[in-house]
This record gives sequence, structure tokens and C-alpha cells, in this order.
Amino acid sequence: MASVCFYFQVHQPYRLRHYTIFDSDTNYFDEHKNAQVCRKVAGKCYLPTNQLMLDLIRRHEGRFKVAYSITGAVLDQFKEYAPEVLASFQELAETGCVEFLGETYYHSLSFLFSPREFAAQIDAHRKAVQELFGQTPRIFRNTELVYNNALAETIEQIGGFDAVLAEGADHILGWRSPNFVYRPPNTQHLKLLLKNYRLSDDIAFRFSNRGWREWPLRAEKFSQWVNAVNGNGYTVNLFVDYETFGEHQWEDTGIFEFLRQLPTEILQNPDNDFKTPSEVADAYEAADVVDVPHLVSWADTERDLSAWLGNPMQNNAIHELYNLEHMVKASGDPDLLDSWRKLQTSDHFYYMCTKWFADGDVHKYFNPYDSPYDSYINFMNVLDNLRSRCATGAPSRQDSLLVATPA
Amino acid sequence: MKIKTLMLGWEFPPYISGGLGTACYGLTKAMSHLGMEVTFLLPRMGPVRLGGKPEVIPESGLPHVRLHAVSSSLVAYGRYGNPRSAQHAVAKAAQPEEPPEGPSPYGPNICEEIHRYATRVMKIAESEEFDVIHAHDWMTFPAGIALAAHSGKPLVVQVHSTEFDRSGEHVNQSVYDIERQGMHAATRIIAVSNYTRNIVVNRYSVPPEKVEVVYNGIDFSDSADAAPVQATSSKNDKVVLFLGRITMQKGPEYFLYAAKRVLEKEKNVKFVMAGDGDRLYGTIDLAAWLGIGHKVFFTRFLRGQDVARAYRMADLYVMPSVSEPFGIAPLEALQYNVPVLISKSSGIAETLQNALKVDFWDIDEMANKIVAVLRHPPLQETLRTNGRKEALRFRWEDSAAKVNEVYRRVLNVA
Repeated sequence: MASVCFYFQVHQPYRLRHYTIFDSDTNYFDEHKNAQVCRKVAGKCYLPTNQLMLDLIRRHEGRFKVAYSITGAVLDQFKEYAPEVLASFQELAETGCVEFLGETYYHSLSFLFSPREFAAQIDAHRKAVQELFGQTPRIFRNTELVYNNALAETIEQIGGFDAVLAEGADHILGWRSPNFVYRPPNTQHLKLLLKNYRLSDDIAFRFSNRGWREWPLRAEKFSQWVNAVNGNGYTVNLFVDYETFGEHQWEDTGIFEFLRQLPTEILQNPDNDFKTPSEVADAYEAADVVDVPHLVSWADTERDLSAWLGNPMQNNAIHELYNLEHMVKASGDPDLLDSWRKLQTSDHFYYMCTKWFADGDVHKYFNPYDSPYDSYINFMNVLDNLRSRCATGAPSRQDSLLVATPA
Repeated sequence: MKIKTLMLGWEFPPYISGGLGTACYGLTKAMSHLGMEVTFLLPRMGPVRLGGKPEVIPESGLPHVRLHAVSSSLVAYGRYGNPRSAQHAVAKAAQPEEPPEGPSPYGPNICEEIHRYATRVMKIAESEEFDVIHAHDWMTFPAGIALAAHSGKPLVVQVHSTEFDRSGEHVNQSVYDIERQGMHAATRIIAVSNYTRNIVVNRYSVPPEKVEVVYNGIDFSDSADAAPVQATSSKNDKVVLFLGRITMQKGPEYFLYAAKRVLEKEKNVKFVMAGDGDRLYGTIDLAAWLGIGHKVFFTRFLRGQDVARAYRMADLYVMPSVSEPFGIAPLEALQYNVPVLISKSSGIAETLQNALKVDFWDIDEMANKIVAVLRHPPLQETLRTNGRKEALRFRWEDSAAKVNEVYRRVLNVA
């Protein structure tokens, strides 16, 4: 049996506007640009791909299934800038063939810096999914698939989740295959689903690469690779950014055609099926314990955190941000809290990445700034203003200390 | 085949006044390291010898390089980069080493001087063997053209700056004409950046395929003693450095307007302006008029160890140029571990990644970035570490190898 398990990540950050030390207003975010990007990606990716998914689910009468993880940050932007996208996801939810995963509301790295904030954002995201899609997430995926043993333990403590997703990086798997279900050490029930990065990246990154010897990739060929898993594993976890369809891989690459054909090709083999992550977790027992003492992610060739925390600027910016947590929460100002949380979105730190020479192209593509230095300067200017608001907004120093002290 | 070059260049140590001299010397030195044969004709102020006979300087200090002096009053910058400023009293006063009996400094006479130089070059070349002529910037172009016509050897001209860089839109027509003639007469043109290449193609109607880009480098021999010595942290004030000729081209007034804005946000900052030029007094006046005279320090023209000292005390180097064909100084600053903020209107900005970049006219953004560097040590550190690493990749040997390729194409040798 080989189950194809699709999970698509849907996310857009709240990009900052150009904010200098001479600015003092509290409009930190570039509403025009965020609306523009949201509508552009809606037109190129979200709307046509959702329509295609809906068609496929209907055509295959319940045999084609997918999962989404949609951040709170992008859900809020859909509400404001592209409500038709939200409606189309809701339509998908109603088919019963679509699962929604849980994550941090703001696509943050809060796991690394504030357990309290991490739990609060997971809770906020869970509520949003319940409210919008009528489901309670059972599978957790952390921002950028940042994962280690401690994350699994934390998630089990928070509760409500059956499995966690992570990158099937070679250095954590060794000789083992990502096509089995695993278990983190020191947990009771939680399962671990690992991304098959070769097959995932064939779609997400190599699909349109004419220098790749498998180009052009057709659904038929891809299905043969999936068939080859039969006997060597249970599940092929294809974890892919949703923007792959139509935005990273343009329509003229044939990506939509590929997706349209894929379910038919996969299902031609009676040993194959499609499962959502929670179905995979239910169906298969864990084959082994995978020990991940060090942090892994799904980014770049290193599969580590260096894209977000690789240089002194990134570390400084994120530490300064989380240093404000107590003050922001003590202020009782919902606007302030909202801005502070939007600043936690990992993209802001990704823009500050200086590893240009190895992974430069991908980074540049997603970066609204001319340089990582510009993005750091902008972020720090905003943070400076935010800090000054905490200072004036807090009732008094003594009060804020009382409120901020963890129980 | 070993190619012999006749180089019409500028300045040899110890007297180097700026980027053009640095570039000619750096390139020639690297060509020497690669074993390329160069005869370098060096304009030198001095008594005119009878019949323009060359005064042979015994040694260039470089293997494969022979140095000939050409008696001439031409200097690398045609008076701070703007020939018309020659009449300016300030500019004259700023050139104390000029011998009173030497050829009259230019200005109205510059065209005559250029042609006198060309005549002398022709004389010297009669007894020289060479395969290719390589002329640096417009003042040497007429000599290059004449020599090419007379000898039948190909002419390569290298454009380190154009009249548009030096004078904005108010170009001196006769300078422009000479530049244009040189570019059109040349078999091949070397531009120091794509920025300059675009000017050559668009403003001088040169076919793009004729122009090649060869970036400048920096000299490693100087960097040995410049290695990671950090600016002393004991000083109270941060230092923001401008180092370059104080001329319209270099944008000194934008530096001051930005300084004024910076001081609104940060009190403990000093602004140091190192250099001379026809805008020196005007710039001093402007600092006073902006009410920041007590925060701006003018050092005048620095040489040798004083340059190193200026870099070492700086927390940030700013190059606010209105138009900078390349920009060696930011690379030098990085060599000294000083982070840089550079004008987008420059050749270096198109290739240097680890630098802050601004539009020279965007005063608030310039100030914004200056303040950021002063306030955030992690920014300074990242710019410095990555920038230095990147700057050290600009090697003159690579430039020389590219020049050699240009020669080979020009001479049709494999």
C-alpha cells in the first residue's frame, strides 16, 4: 500500500511599509502592497488551484484528498483583501476530503523564544480553523517545519494533536525511509510524519527546471515513482508550498495539467490511495523512534535555522522582539499586541538573511527589500516605535511587572 | 605571443591623488605580476626638456614595467575633476607643490597642454616597441588616437570617468568631443562598470558590443597592516567619514544635509570630511549655515598613514556621490573594517552586495541608514564582516587578466 499524503502550506506575511527613524505613526504595515500581493497570488494560484482541487475531489468521488495549513496571518488578509479565496477554501472544507492542520497563528518562531506565546498562537489558530472550517486540527506543523524532540514534547503537553510534521532530512533519518510513520522519543501517543523531500521538491522546485534530466515531469512518470514505494513504505508525504501552483511554477510550465492528471495516474494502481495526515496517523503504526536533538527545518540545502537566525542582525532583531513580550502584554493595548504578533512572522527574519551566494535566488524572489540590511533597519525602526508605545502605554512600571510575572 | 603594451597612464607612488591614479597603478602592478610587458608613460610636472626628450625614471619598482616620464602639467583630475574650475582661486591655493616655473596650469590652456602631451608621447613612442596602446581617460585620448594612426597599432581606451560624471548635465563641450573621438577611434573600450558602460553607450553613441566592463580591484599589500584592528571603543563620539574630493561629483552637500538630520536623532556623532576640492569652502560654509559646524571636521587632503588613520577611527564610511563610475574608496574602507553606505549612482553599487545603498538625493533615507549603523552594533558587524570578505574578492590580478583577454581579442591572438 502506498498512500499519497498531500499537505499544502498557505501563507502570506504582513509586509512592513518603509519606516524610517523619522516616522512616528503606528501604521507599520504596507496595506497597499499586502493587498496587491494577496490579490495577485489569489488570481494566479489560490483561486484556480482551489477550483481544480474541488473538481478533482468531485471527479474522484472521495478518493482524492488533501490537507492545508493556512496561517492566521493569511486568513486575516483573505478576509480583508480577497474574501472569495476564503469562500473557496470553505467550499473545499465542506467536501469532507480536506483536512486543515494546526500551526502558530502568525507563522512565528515563537517555539524557540516564548513557550507561552507559542501556546497562545496555536490556540488562536485552532479557534480560527474551527470557526472558519468547522474542524479541529489534529495534526500540528510548526513554522517552516522547524522541529526537534522538544517541540514534539511541547506539542504533546499542549494536547489535542495526534501527529507532528517534520522534514525527512537525511541527517535525522540516516538509512531509514521517510515513507513510514515514526514516533518522537519521550512522547506517549504522538506520531511523526516526515516529508519525502525528494518527491516533494521534484514538484516544488525542479518541476520547471529544463536542466533537470527528468524534465518535463508528467503525472505518469511521477506516479511510477510513487508506485515504486509499494513494498518499501506506507506513505509518500508530499509537503509543498501551495503557491507552487501558478505562482512559483507558472501556469505555462504545465503545473496545473500535472496536478489535474495526477490523481487518475496514482489511482490507476489499486495499491495506491490518497490519505490526509490524520488518516495516515490513524492507519499506520510507528515503525521506529526518530531522535532529533537538534533543530531541523525544510529550508535551503542546510535544512536548519540559518535562513532566519543565521547572522547577528537576525538574532538581534528577534531577541529584541521577544524581549518586549512582557511589556506588550502588560500594556493591555490590543493594537500593540496585534502589531507585535505580526512582527513575529518568520518572513521578517528571512528577509534579513545574508546567505545570498548559495541559496540566493529563492531568497531574492521572496524578498520585498533590496537587501537584508534594509530589512533589518526597517524592522528595528518599527520595533523602536513599538517599544516607545509600550513605555508610554503601560499603566506604570510596577503594575506591568506584576502582570508580566509568569504564574 | 607576449603582448607589449604602451600604457598612457596617470600617477605612480608615492604621489597618488585619487581613484584614477590608484586604478592605473593597481592595474599596471597586477599586469606586472602576471608577467605582462608594459611601458608606462607618466605625465610629470617639471622643467620642459629640449625636444621633449624623456626623462627616464630608473625603475618602476615592478618587473616587466618600464616607466617613462612625459613632461607635462596634466594631472589626474584636471583640477579636482573639473577643468573649468582651474580659474578658481581656492583650487589654485590648494596645490602648493606646483613649481612656479612649470608649464602653466590649465584652464583655458588645457587643450593646448593635451596636444603638447600628445606630441611628446609621439616622440617617446618612436623608440618604443609595442603591440597595443592603452589610454586612460580623456586627457590621454588625443595622444592615443595620434599614436594609433601613426603606428597602425590598435587603441584600447579605458574610461574611468566621463564628463557627465564630473559635470552633471553641464558638460564641457570640448572635453566631451575629445572623449567621444577617443571612444570612436578605439578598437575596444574598457569601462570600469556597467554604470559607466551605459553612459558610454547612451551618451557617446558607441555600439554596445565594443565596450567591455573590467572592474577595479584593491591592493592587498596595503591590507596586511590594515587587518582587523578595531576602532577604539574608548572614544565618546561615533565617527561618520566622507573621504574623497570635495567636488560636485562627490555629493558633499548631501552628506551635510544628512548629517543635520542624523544629529536630530543622535547627539554623539562627529562627521569627518577628508579631501580637497573646488567645493571645499562652500561645503565649510554650508556646515556652518546648517548650524552643525561644531560637529563637522575638515581634514583637507590626506595621504599615506593619515588616510589609514581616518579609516580606522570611522564607524561608517559614506560615499554620497552624484555619479561615481566605479568607487574604489568603499572597498578601501571595507579593507579597514569600516562598513559602507554608498550612492546607488555608482559602479560599485551594482556589484557590492554587503553595503547600504541610497539615492544620493534621498537625505532622509541616508540619515535613516546612518543612524541605524550607529545604533545597532549587529548591523555594523554584519556589514563589516561580510563586506570585508566581499571587498577582498576585488583583485587587481583578475582585472589584469581581463584586460589581457581584451588585448588578445583586439590583436586576434588565441
